[in-house]
Amino acid sequence: MTFISNLINGISLGSVYAIIALGYTMVYGIAKMLNFAHGDVIMVGAYISFCVTTYLGFSPFVSVVISMIVCTILGIVIERLAYKPLRKASSLAVLITAIGVSYFLQNAALLIWGSAPKTFTSIVPFGSIALFNGQLIITAESIVTVLACILIMIALTLFTRKSKMGKGMRAVSEDKAAAELMGINVNVSISVTFAIGSALAAIAGVLLCSAYPVLIPTTGSMPGIKAFTAAVFGGIGSIPGAMLGGVLLGIIEIFSKSYISTNLSDAIVFAVLIIVLLIKPTGLLGKKITEKV
Amino acid sequence: MLRVDNINVYYGQIHALKDISLEVQEHEIVALIGANGAGKSTTLRTISGLLRSKTGSISFLNEDISRTEAYKLVSKGMAHVPEGRRIFLQMTVLENLEMGAYVNSTNIKEDIADVFDRFPRLKHRRNQIAGTLSGGEQQMLAIGRALMSHPKLLMLDEPSMGLSPILVQQIFDIIKELHAAGTTILLVEQNAEMALQVADRAYVLESGRIKLTGTGSELAQSDEIKKAYLGG
Repeated sequence: MTFISNLINGISLGSVYAIIALGYTMVYGIAKMLNFAHGDVIMVGAYISFCVTTYLGFSPFVSVVISMIVCTILGIVIERLAYKPLRKASSLAVLITAIGVSYFLQNAALLIWGSAPKTFTSIVPFGSIALFNGQLIITAESIVTVLACILIMIALTLFTRKSKMGKGMRAVSEDKAAAELMGINVNVSISVTFAIGSALAAIAGVLLCSAYPVLIPTTGSMPGIKAFTAAVFGGIGSIPGAMLGGVLLGIIEIFSKSYISTNLSDAIVFAVLIIVLLIKPTGLLGKKITEKV
Repeated sequence: MLRVDNINVYYGQIHALKDISLEVQEHEIVALIGANGAGKSTTLRTISGLLRSKTGSISFLNEDISRTEAYKLVSKGMAHVPEGRRIFLQMTVLENLEMGAYVNSTNIKEDIADVFDRFPRLKHRRNQIAGTLSGGEQQMLAIGRALMSHPKLLMLDEPSMGLSPILVQQIFDIIKELHAAGTTILLVEQNAEMALQVADRAYVLESGRIKLTGTGSELAQSDEIKKAYLGG
Protein backbone atom coordinates (compact mmCIF):
# COMPACT_ATOMS: atom_id res chain seq x y z
CA MET A 1 0.00 0.00 0.00
CA THR A 2 2.84 2.41 0.68
CA PHE A 3 3.95 1.80 -2.88
CA ILE A 4 0.59 2.84 -4.30
CA SER A 5 0.35 5.75 -1.92
CA ASN A 6 3.84 6.91 -2.95
CA LEU A 7 2.94 6.50 -6.59
CA ILE A 8 -0.16 8.65 -6.16
CA ASN A 9 1.80 11.31 -4.29
CA GLY A 10 4.46 11.21 -6.98
CA ILE A 11 1.96 11.62 -9.79
CA SER A 12 0.30 14.45 -7.92
CA LEU A 13 3.55 16.33 -7.23
CA GLY A 14 4.63 15.54 -10.77
CA SER A 15 1.42 17.04 -12.11
CA VAL A 16 2.29 20.34 -10.44
CA TYR A 17 5.76 20.18 -11.96
CA ALA A 18 4.17 19.39 -15.30
CA ILE A 19 1.88 22.41 -15.17
CA ILE A 20 4.85 24.65 -14.33
CA ALA A 21 7.03 22.95 -16.93
CA LEU A 22 4.45 23.78 -19.61
CA GLY A 23 5.13 27.46 -18.99
CA TYR A 24 8.88 26.98 -19.36
CA THR A 25 8.59 24.85 -22.43
CA MET A 26 6.08 27.04 -24.26
CA VAL A 27 8.07 30.20 -23.63
CA TYR A 28 11.26 28.44 -24.65
CA GLY A 29 9.60 27.08 -27.75
CA ILE A 30 8.40 30.42 -28.95
CA ALA A 31 10.82 33.02 -27.56
CA LYS A 32 13.84 30.68 -27.37
CA MET A 33 14.58 31.92 -23.88
CA LEU A 34 14.65 30.36 -20.43
CA ASN A 35 12.33 32.39 -18.28
CA PHE A 36 13.85 31.77 -14.87
CA ALA A 37 11.34 34.14 -13.31
CA HIS A 38 8.61 31.64 -14.11
CA GLY A 39 8.96 29.91 -10.73
CA ASP A 40 8.40 33.20 -8.95
CA VAL A 41 5.19 33.82 -10.85
CA ILE A 42 3.96 30.66 -9.09
CA MET A 43 4.73 32.25 -5.77
CA VAL A 44 2.92 35.47 -6.72
CA GLY A 45 -0.06 33.37 -7.81
CA ALA A 46 -0.17 31.61 -4.47
CA TYR A 47 0.10 34.89 -2.51
CA ILE A 48 -2.69 36.46 -4.55
CA SER A 49 -4.95 33.50 -3.92
CA PHE A 50 -4.03 33.60 -0.23
CA CYS A 51 -4.85 37.31 0.06
CA VAL A 52 -8.11 37.04 -1.83
CA THR A 53 -9.41 34.28 0.44
CA THR A 54 -7.90 35.49 3.73
CA TYR A 55 -8.31 39.27 3.54
CA LEU A 56 -11.15 39.70 1.09
CA GLY A 57 -13.07 36.61 2.11
CA PHE A 58 -13.84 35.36 -1.38
CA SER A 59 -14.34 31.68 -2.13
CA PRO A 60 -11.28 29.62 -3.12
CA PHE A 61 -12.57 29.23 -6.66
CA VAL A 62 -12.83 33.01 -7.13
CA SER A 63 -9.34 33.36 -5.68
CA VAL A 64 -7.93 31.03 -8.32
CA VAL A 65 -9.57 33.02 -11.10
CA ILE A 66 -8.29 36.33 -9.72
CA SER A 67 -4.86 34.86 -9.20
CA MET A 68 -4.81 33.67 -12.84
CA ILE A 69 -5.81 37.10 -14.07
CA VAL A 70 -3.14 38.85 -11.99
CA CYS A 71 -0.44 36.42 -13.10
CA THR A 72 -1.47 36.68 -16.75
CA ILE A 73 -1.06 40.44 -16.59
CA LEU A 74 2.19 40.05 -14.66
CA GLY A 75 3.55 37.66 -17.28
CA ILE A 76 2.69 40.00 -20.16
CA VAL A 77 4.18 42.99 -18.33
CA ILE A 78 7.40 41.10 -17.52
CA GLU A 79 7.79 40.12 -21.16
CA ARG A 80 7.11 43.63 -22.45
CA LEU A 81 9.34 45.47 -19.98
CA ALA A 82 12.19 43.04 -19.38
CA TYR A 83 12.48 40.67 -22.32
CA LYS A 84 11.08 42.40 -25.39
CA PRO A 85 13.76 45.13 -25.45
CA LEU A 86 16.32 42.29 -25.52
CA ARG A 87 14.72 40.37 -28.38
CA LYS A 88 17.84 40.83 -30.51
CA ALA A 89 20.37 40.69 -27.67
CA SER A 90 22.53 37.67 -26.87
CA SER A 91 20.83 34.82 -25.08
CA LEU A 92 23.18 35.32 -22.13
CA ALA A 93 21.88 38.86 -21.61
CA VAL A 94 18.31 37.56 -21.64
CA LEU A 95 19.18 34.79 -19.20
CA ILE A 96 20.74 37.23 -16.74
CA THR A 97 17.73 39.52 -17.08
CA ALA A 98 15.44 36.59 -16.29
CA ILE A 99 17.42 35.84 -13.13
CA GLY A 100 17.17 39.53 -12.27
CA VAL A 101 13.38 39.47 -12.72
CA SER A 102 13.26 36.39 -10.50
CA TYR A 103 15.06 38.19 -7.66
CA PHE A 104 12.97 41.27 -8.23
CA LEU A 105 9.75 39.29 -7.75
CA GLN A 106 11.08 37.54 -4.64
CA ASN A 107 12.15 40.83 -3.08
CA ALA A 108 8.93 42.55 -4.03
CA ALA A 109 7.06 39.71 -2.31
CA LEU A 110 9.29 40.10 0.73
CA LEU A 111 8.47 43.78 0.83
CA ILE A 112 4.72 43.30 0.42
CA TRP A 113 4.06 40.15 2.40
CA GLY A 114 7.08 39.97 4.74
CA SER A 115 9.34 37.04 5.47
CA ALA A 116 7.09 35.27 7.98
CA PRO A 117 5.56 32.14 6.43
CA LYS A 118 1.87 32.31 5.65
CA THR A 119 -0.20 29.22 6.17
CA PHE A 120 -2.05 28.57 2.97
CA THR A 121 -5.51 27.08 3.33
CA SER A 122 -6.21 24.40 0.78
CA ILE A 123 -8.56 25.50 -1.97
CA VAL A 124 -9.99 22.00 -2.20
CA PRO A 125 -13.14 21.84 -0.10
CA PHE A 126 -13.28 18.03 0.25
CA GLY A 127 -11.50 15.77 2.67
CA SER A 128 -9.30 12.78 1.95
CA ILE A 129 -10.59 9.47 0.68
CA ALA A 130 -9.69 6.39 2.67
CA LEU A 131 -9.57 3.06 0.84
CA PHE A 132 -8.88 -0.52 1.99
CA ASN A 133 -9.94 0.13 5.58
CA GLY A 134 -7.84 3.25 5.79
CA GLN A 135 -4.66 1.65 4.55
CA LEU A 136 -4.59 3.85 1.46
CA ILE A 137 -5.41 7.51 1.88
CA ILE A 138 -5.76 9.70 -1.17
CA THR A 139 -5.98 13.40 -0.52
CA ALA A 140 -8.53 15.41 -2.40
CA GLU A 141 -5.70 17.77 -3.37
CA SER A 142 -3.94 14.98 -5.26
CA ILE A 143 -7.09 14.15 -7.19
CA VAL A 144 -7.78 17.77 -8.08
CA THR A 145 -4.16 18.33 -9.08
CA VAL A 146 -4.03 15.33 -11.38
CA LEU A 147 -7.39 16.19 -12.92
CA ALA A 148 -6.32 19.81 -13.46
CA CYS A 149 -3.14 18.62 -15.11
CA ILE A 150 -5.01 16.28 -17.48
CA LEU A 151 -7.53 19.00 -18.38
CA ILE A 152 -4.79 21.54 -19.05
CA MET A 153 -2.94 19.06 -21.21
CA ILE A 154 -6.02 18.34 -23.31
CA ALA A 155 -6.90 22.03 -23.61
CA LEU A 156 -3.39 23.02 -24.66
CA THR A 157 -3.10 20.21 -27.16
CA LEU A 158 -6.40 21.18 -28.76
CA PHE A 159 -5.37 24.84 -28.75
CA THR A 160 -2.03 24.26 -30.50
CA ARG A 161 -3.33 21.60 -32.92
CA LYS A 162 -6.72 22.99 -33.88
CA SER A 163 -7.00 26.72 -33.32
CA LYS A 164 -5.68 29.20 -35.82
CA MET A 165 -3.81 31.15 -33.17
CA GLY A 166 -2.30 27.96 -31.72
CA LYS A 167 -1.09 26.85 -35.12
CA GLY A 168 0.31 30.30 -35.71
CA MET A 169 2.20 30.02 -32.43
CA ARG A 170 3.69 26.72 -33.55
CA ALA A 171 4.75 28.41 -36.78
CA VAL A 172 6.39 31.23 -34.80
CA SER A 173 8.19 28.72 -32.59
CA GLU A 174 9.64 27.05 -35.66
CA ASP A 175 10.64 30.06 -37.70
CA LYS A 176 9.88 33.61 -36.60
CA ALA A 177 10.81 35.31 -39.87
CA ALA A 178 8.84 32.86 -42.00
CA ALA A 179 5.87 33.21 -39.65
CA GLU A 180 6.04 36.97 -40.02
CA LEU A 181 6.02 36.58 -43.80
CA MET A 182 2.74 34.67 -43.39
CA GLY A 183 1.26 37.73 -41.71
CA ILE A 184 1.49 36.38 -38.17
CA ASN A 185 2.13 39.04 -35.55
CA VAL A 186 5.08 37.58 -33.68
CA ASN A 187 4.81 40.00 -30.75
CA VAL A 188 1.21 39.02 -30.12
CA SER A 189 2.14 35.33 -30.28
CA ILE A 190 4.88 35.82 -27.71
CA SER A 191 2.58 37.80 -25.41
CA VAL A 192 -0.10 35.12 -25.62
CA THR A 193 2.49 32.48 -24.76
CA PHE A 194 3.59 34.39 -21.68
CA ALA A 195 -0.04 34.94 -20.74
CA ILE A 196 -0.88 31.23 -20.97
CA GLY A 197 2.30 30.20 -19.16
CA SER A 198 1.68 32.65 -16.33
CA ALA A 199 -1.98 31.71 -15.93
CA LEU A 200 -0.84 28.08 -15.63
CA ALA A 201 1.78 29.18 -13.09
CA ALA A 202 -1.01 30.68 -10.98
CA ILE A 203 -2.90 27.38 -11.03
CA ALA A 204 0.29 25.52 -10.17
CA GLY A 205 1.01 27.87 -7.29
CA VAL A 206 -2.41 27.39 -5.76
CA LEU A 207 -2.27 23.59 -6.18
CA LEU A 208 1.26 23.40 -4.82
CA CYS A 209 0.43 25.43 -1.74
CA SER A 210 -2.77 23.47 -1.19
CA ALA A 211 -0.65 20.33 -0.86
CA TYR A 212 2.36 21.94 0.88
CA PRO A 213 0.81 24.88 2.72
CA VAL A 214 3.84 26.96 3.72
CA LEU A 215 4.01 30.15 1.69
CA ILE A 216 7.17 32.30 1.71
CA PRO A 217 8.70 34.57 -0.97
CA THR A 218 11.01 31.78 -2.17
CA THR A 219 8.24 29.18 -2.35
CA GLY A 220 8.37 29.19 -6.14
CA SER A 221 12.07 28.89 -6.74
CA MET A 222 12.73 25.22 -6.02
CA PRO A 223 9.58 23.95 -7.79
CA GLY A 224 10.50 26.33 -10.61
CA ILE A 225 13.94 24.77 -11.00
CA LYS A 226 12.50 21.27 -10.73
CA ALA A 227 9.91 22.07 -13.36
CA PHE A 228 12.59 23.50 -15.60
CA THR A 229 14.45 20.22 -15.12
CA ALA A 230 11.26 18.39 -16.00
CA ALA A 231 10.91 20.43 -19.19
CA VAL A 232 14.47 19.59 -20.22
CA PHE A 233 13.98 15.98 -19.15
CA GLY A 234 10.94 15.61 -21.40
CA GLY A 235 12.47 17.61 -24.25
CA ILE A 236 12.29 21.38 -24.01
CA GLY A 237 9.90 22.93 -26.49
CA SER A 238 7.63 19.89 -26.47
CA ILE A 239 4.28 20.12 -24.68
CA PRO A 240 3.77 16.35 -24.17
CA GLY A 241 7.43 16.22 -23.14
CA ALA A 242 6.83 18.72 -20.35
CA MET A 243 3.91 16.66 -19.08
CA LEU A 244 5.82 13.40 -19.18
CA GLY A 245 8.96 14.96 -17.71
CA GLY A 246 6.98 16.58 -14.90
CA VAL A 247 5.12 13.46 -13.88
CA LEU A 248 8.23 11.24 -14.05
CA LEU A 249 10.22 13.76 -12.04
CA GLY A 250 7.53 13.86 -9.33
CA ILE A 251 7.44 10.07 -9.13
CA ILE A 252 11.24 9.79 -8.99
CA GLU A 253 11.39 12.45 -6.28
CA ILE A 254 8.78 10.86 -4.03
CA PHE A 255 10.22 7.36 -4.49
CA SER A 256 13.74 8.52 -3.71
CA LYS A 257 12.47 10.30 -0.62
CA SER A 258 10.58 7.28 0.52
CA TYR A 259 12.96 4.42 -0.32
CA ILE A 260 16.43 5.95 -0.51
CA SER A 261 16.95 9.18 1.35
CA THR A 262 15.06 12.39 1.90
CA ASN A 263 18.26 14.38 1.79
CA LEU A 264 19.49 12.81 -1.40
CA SER A 265 16.21 12.98 -3.28
CA ASP A 266 17.03 16.17 -5.20
CA ALA A 267 20.48 14.85 -6.08
CA ILE A 268 18.90 11.68 -7.42
CA VAL A 269 16.42 13.66 -9.49
CA PHE A 270 19.22 15.63 -11.12
CA ALA A 271 21.35 12.51 -11.56
CA VAL A 272 18.51 10.92 -13.52
CA LEU A 273 18.28 14.06 -15.64
CA ILE A 274 21.99 13.90 -16.42
CA ILE A 275 21.76 10.23 -17.39
CA VAL A 276 18.78 10.85 -19.66
CA LEU A 277 20.50 13.78 -21.34
CA LEU A 278 23.66 11.73 -21.85
CA ILE A 279 21.67 9.04 -23.62
CA LYS A 280 19.23 11.32 -25.41
CA PRO A 281 20.45 14.92 -25.50
CA THR A 282 17.14 16.29 -26.78
CA GLY A 283 15.22 14.85 -23.80
CA LEU A 284 12.67 12.07 -23.79
CA LEU A 285 10.31 13.53 -26.39
CA GLY A 286 12.66 16.13 -27.81
CA LYS A 287 12.08 17.17 -31.36
CA LYS A 288 14.19 15.64 -34.04
CA ILE A 289 14.81 18.15 -36.73
CA THR A 290 14.63 16.78 -40.21
CA GLU A 291 15.94 19.06 -42.85
CA LYS A 292 16.22 18.59 -46.55
CA VAL A 293 18.26 20.73 -48.84
CA MET B 1 3.47 48.70 -58.23
CA LEU B 2 6.68 48.49 -56.20
CA ARG B 3 9.17 51.28 -56.04
CA VAL B 4 12.42 51.07 -54.12
CA ASP B 5 14.19 54.36 -53.91
CA ASN B 6 17.79 54.70 -52.79
CA ILE B 7 17.95 52.24 -49.90
CA ASN B 8 21.03 51.48 -47.82
CA VAL B 9 21.05 48.47 -45.53
CA TYR B 10 23.68 47.51 -42.98
CA TYR B 11 24.40 44.28 -41.11
CA GLY B 12 26.21 45.79 -38.15
CA GLN B 13 29.31 47.35 -39.72
CA ILE B 14 28.81 45.74 -43.09
CA HIS B 15 27.24 47.94 -45.73
CA ALA B 16 25.16 45.31 -47.54
CA LEU B 17 23.04 47.41 -49.89
CA LYS B 18 24.35 50.61 -51.43
CA ASP B 19 21.91 53.10 -52.95
CA ILE B 20 19.63 50.48 -54.45
CA SER B 21 16.72 51.79 -56.50
CA LEU B 22 14.44 49.59 -58.52
CA GLU B 23 10.92 49.39 -59.76
CA VAL B 24 8.42 46.69 -60.58
CA GLN B 25 5.42 47.55 -62.75
CA GLU B 26 2.15 45.71 -62.61
CA HIS B 27 2.14 42.40 -64.56
CA GLU B 28 5.89 42.38 -64.98
CA ILE B 29 8.38 39.68 -64.14
CA VAL B 30 11.46 41.43 -62.84
CA ALA B 31 14.60 39.46 -62.05
CA LEU B 32 17.39 40.35 -59.66
CA ILE B 33 20.50 38.45 -60.62
CA GLY B 34 24.03 38.45 -59.33
CA ALA B 35 26.61 36.36 -57.55
CA ASN B 36 26.41 34.95 -54.07
CA GLY B 37 26.53 37.73 -51.51
CA ALA B 38 25.70 40.46 -53.99
CA GLY B 39 22.72 41.55 -51.89
CA LYS B 40 19.81 39.97 -53.77
CA SER B 41 18.19 38.32 -50.75
CA THR B 42 18.92 41.33 -48.59
CA THR B 43 17.00 43.46 -51.08
CA LEU B 44 13.96 41.18 -50.86
CA ARG B 45 14.17 40.98 -47.08
CA THR B 46 14.24 44.75 -46.88
CA ILE B 47 11.25 45.10 -49.20
CA SER B 48 9.21 42.65 -47.13
CA GLY B 49 10.05 44.46 -43.90
CA LEU B 50 12.34 41.91 -42.27
CA LEU B 51 15.24 44.35 -42.55
CA ARG B 52 15.24 48.12 -42.38
CA SER B 53 16.92 50.59 -44.68
CA LYS B 54 18.74 53.57 -43.17
CA THR B 55 17.84 55.81 -46.08
CA GLY B 56 15.39 56.24 -48.91
CA SER B 57 11.93 54.79 -49.21
CA ILE B 58 9.98 51.78 -50.41
CA SER B 59 6.46 52.15 -51.72
CA PHE B 60 4.01 49.42 -52.63
CA LEU B 61 0.76 50.18 -54.46
CA ASN B 62 1.43 53.89 -53.92
CA GLU B 63 1.76 53.52 -50.18
CA ASP B 64 4.97 54.09 -48.24
CA ILE B 65 5.92 50.83 -46.55
CA SER B 66 9.44 51.71 -45.42
CA ARG B 67 8.43 51.47 -41.78
CA THR B 68 5.60 48.97 -42.05
CA GLU B 69 6.05 45.78 -40.06
CA ALA B 70 6.54 42.64 -42.12
CA TYR B 71 3.41 40.89 -40.90
CA LYS B 72 1.20 43.73 -42.13
CA LEU B 73 2.41 43.51 -45.72
CA VAL B 74 0.77 40.17 -46.44
CA SER B 75 -2.71 41.62 -46.20
CA LYS B 76 -1.61 44.47 -48.48
CA GLY B 77 -0.92 41.91 -51.22
CA MET B 78 2.75 41.06 -50.92
CA ALA B 79 4.05 37.52 -50.55
CA HIS B 80 7.67 36.55 -50.11
CA VAL B 81 8.95 33.01 -50.62
CA PRO B 82 12.20 33.23 -48.70
CA GLU B 83 15.55 31.77 -49.56
CA GLY B 84 15.83 28.15 -48.49
CA ARG B 85 12.01 27.84 -48.69
CA ARG B 86 11.58 28.14 -44.90
CA ILE B 87 8.46 26.02 -44.78
CA PHE B 88 7.39 24.88 -41.31
CA LEU B 89 9.12 21.52 -41.23
CA GLN B 90 7.32 20.18 -38.19
CA MET B 91 3.86 21.05 -39.41
CA THR B 92 1.86 19.12 -41.99
CA VAL B 93 1.53 20.19 -45.61
CA LEU B 94 -2.05 21.28 -44.93
CA GLU B 95 -1.06 23.27 -41.87
CA ASN B 96 1.65 25.01 -43.86
CA LEU B 97 -0.95 26.06 -46.41
CA GLU B 98 -3.25 27.24 -43.62
CA MET B 99 -0.42 29.42 -42.33
CA GLY B 100 -0.19 30.93 -45.80
CA ALA B 101 -3.84 31.89 -45.44
CA TYR B 102 -3.38 33.33 -41.95
CA VAL B 103 -4.59 36.79 -42.92
CA ASN B 104 -6.92 35.77 -45.72
CA SER B 105 -8.84 32.71 -44.68
CA THR B 106 -12.22 33.42 -46.26
CA ASN B 107 -12.09 30.75 -48.97
CA ILE B 108 -9.46 28.57 -47.46
CA LYS B 109 -10.92 25.26 -48.71
CA GLU B 110 -11.07 26.43 -52.32
CA ASP B 111 -7.65 28.00 -52.14
CA ILE B 112 -6.16 24.77 -50.82
CA ALA B 113 -7.89 22.86 -53.63
CA ASP B 114 -6.37 25.33 -56.14
CA VAL B 115 -2.89 24.78 -54.75
CA PHE B 116 -3.41 21.02 -54.95
CA ASP B 117 -4.55 21.35 -58.57
CA ARG B 118 -1.39 23.21 -59.37
CA PHE B 119 0.84 20.88 -57.34
CA PRO B 120 -0.79 17.43 -57.37
CA ARG B 121 2.13 15.89 -55.52
CA LEU B 122 1.32 17.98 -52.48
CA LYS B 123 -2.22 16.63 -52.45
CA HIS B 124 -1.01 13.08 -51.86
CA ARG B 125 1.16 14.28 -49.05
CA ARG B 126 -1.25 16.70 -47.43
CA ASN B 127 -1.19 15.10 -43.98
CA GLN B 128 2.52 14.43 -44.06
CA ILE B 129 4.95 16.45 -41.94
CA ALA B 130 6.58 18.96 -44.29
CA GLY B 131 10.08 17.98 -43.15
CA THR B 132 9.64 14.63 -44.87
CA LEU B 133 9.05 16.15 -48.32
CA SER B 134 11.73 16.14 -51.02
CA GLY B 135 13.48 19.38 -51.91
CA GLY B 136 11.30 19.95 -54.97
CA GLU B 137 8.11 19.27 -53.04
CA GLN B 138 9.23 21.66 -50.32
CA GLN B 139 9.76 24.37 -52.92
CA MET B 140 6.30 23.71 -54.33
CA LEU B 141 4.87 23.90 -50.83
CA ALA B 142 6.68 27.19 -50.22
CA ILE B 143 5.22 28.66 -53.41
CA GLY B 144 1.79 27.16 -52.72
CA ARG B 145 1.84 28.59 -49.22
CA ALA B 146 2.62 32.05 -50.58
CA LEU B 147 -0.22 31.77 -53.13
CA MET B 148 -2.73 31.15 -50.33
CA SER B 149 -2.74 34.87 -49.54
CA HIS B 150 -3.63 35.79 -53.17
CA PRO B 151 -0.63 38.04 -53.59
CA LYS B 152 -0.56 40.86 -56.09
CA LEU B 153 3.23 40.82 -55.91
CA LEU B 154 5.00 37.51 -55.46
CA MET B 155 8.66 37.69 -54.50
CA LEU B 156 10.62 34.47 -55.02
CA ASP B 157 14.08 34.06 -53.58
CA GLU B 158 16.18 31.45 -55.40
CA PRO B 159 13.31 29.08 -56.19
CA SER B 160 15.64 26.87 -58.24
CA MET B 161 18.23 26.42 -55.52
CA GLY B 162 19.30 22.83 -55.01
CA LEU B 163 16.82 21.40 -57.52
CA SER B 164 17.46 19.05 -60.42
CA PRO B 165 17.27 20.54 -63.96
CA ILE B 166 13.85 18.97 -64.54
CA LEU B 167 12.48 20.49 -61.36
CA VAL B 168 14.06 23.85 -62.17
CA GLN B 169 12.22 23.77 -65.49
CA GLN B 170 8.99 22.90 -63.67
CA ILE B 171 9.41 25.76 -61.23
CA PHE B 172 10.02 28.22 -64.06
CA ASP B 173 6.95 26.89 -65.90
CA ILE B 174 4.96 27.58 -62.77
CA ILE B 175 6.38 31.10 -62.59
CA LYS B 176 5.26 31.70 -66.18
CA GLU B 177 1.79 30.33 -65.43
CA LEU B 178 1.40 32.53 -62.37
CA HIS B 179 2.50 35.50 -64.40
CA ALA B 180 0.02 34.65 -67.15
CA ALA B 181 -2.69 34.49 -64.48
CA GLY B 182 -1.95 38.10 -63.57
CA THR B 183 0.53 37.92 -60.72
CA THR B 184 3.41 40.37 -60.71
CA ILE B 185 6.69 38.67 -59.90
CA LEU B 186 9.99 39.79 -58.47
CA LEU B 187 12.45 36.96 -58.89
CA VAL B 188 15.84 36.58 -57.28
CA GLU B 189 18.02 34.02 -59.00
CA GLN B 190 21.56 32.82 -59.26
CA ASN B 191 20.54 30.86 -62.33
CA ALA B 192 20.83 33.95 -64.52
CA GLU B 193 20.16 32.11 -67.75
CA MET B 194 16.75 30.83 -66.68
CA ALA B 195 15.87 34.08 -64.97
CA LEU B 196 16.66 36.21 -68.01
CA GLN B 197 14.56 33.93 -70.21
CA VAL B 198 11.38 34.62 -68.26
CA ALA B 199 12.04 38.16 -67.07
CA ASP B 200 10.64 41.25 -68.75
CA ARG B 201 13.37 43.28 -67.11
CA ALA B 202 16.28 42.52 -64.85
CA TYR B 203 18.69 44.21 -62.49
CA VAL B 204 22.22 42.92 -62.00
CA LEU B 205 23.59 43.29 -58.48
CA GLU B 206 27.24 43.30 -57.62
CA SER B 207 28.64 43.90 -54.12
CA GLY B 208 25.46 45.56 -52.94
CA ARG B 209 25.08 47.91 -55.92
CA ILE B 210 22.97 47.75 -59.04
CA LYS B 211 25.48 47.40 -61.81
CA LEU B 212 23.32 46.98 -64.86
CA THR B 213 19.70 47.03 -65.80
CA GLY B 214 17.77 46.28 -68.95
CA THR B 215 15.21 43.99 -70.50
CA GLY B 216 15.71 40.28 -70.09
CA SER B 217 16.76 39.71 -73.68
CA GLU B 218 19.09 42.75 -73.71
CA LEU B 219 20.94 41.48 -70.71
CA ALA B 220 21.03 37.92 -72.01
CA GLN B 221 22.83 39.29 -75.11
CA SER B 222 25.23 41.52 -73.19
CA ASP B 223 28.84 40.38 -73.37
CA GLU B 224 29.49 41.45 -69.82
CA ILE B 225 26.65 39.32 -68.51
CA LYS B 226 27.59 36.38 -70.70
CA LYS B 227 31.10 36.46 -69.32
CA ALA B 228 30.19 36.94 -65.68
CA TYR B 229 27.01 34.92 -65.23
CA LEU B 230 26.21 32.80 -68.23
CA GLY B 231 29.45 30.88 -68.50
CA GLY B 232 30.77 32.25 -71.73
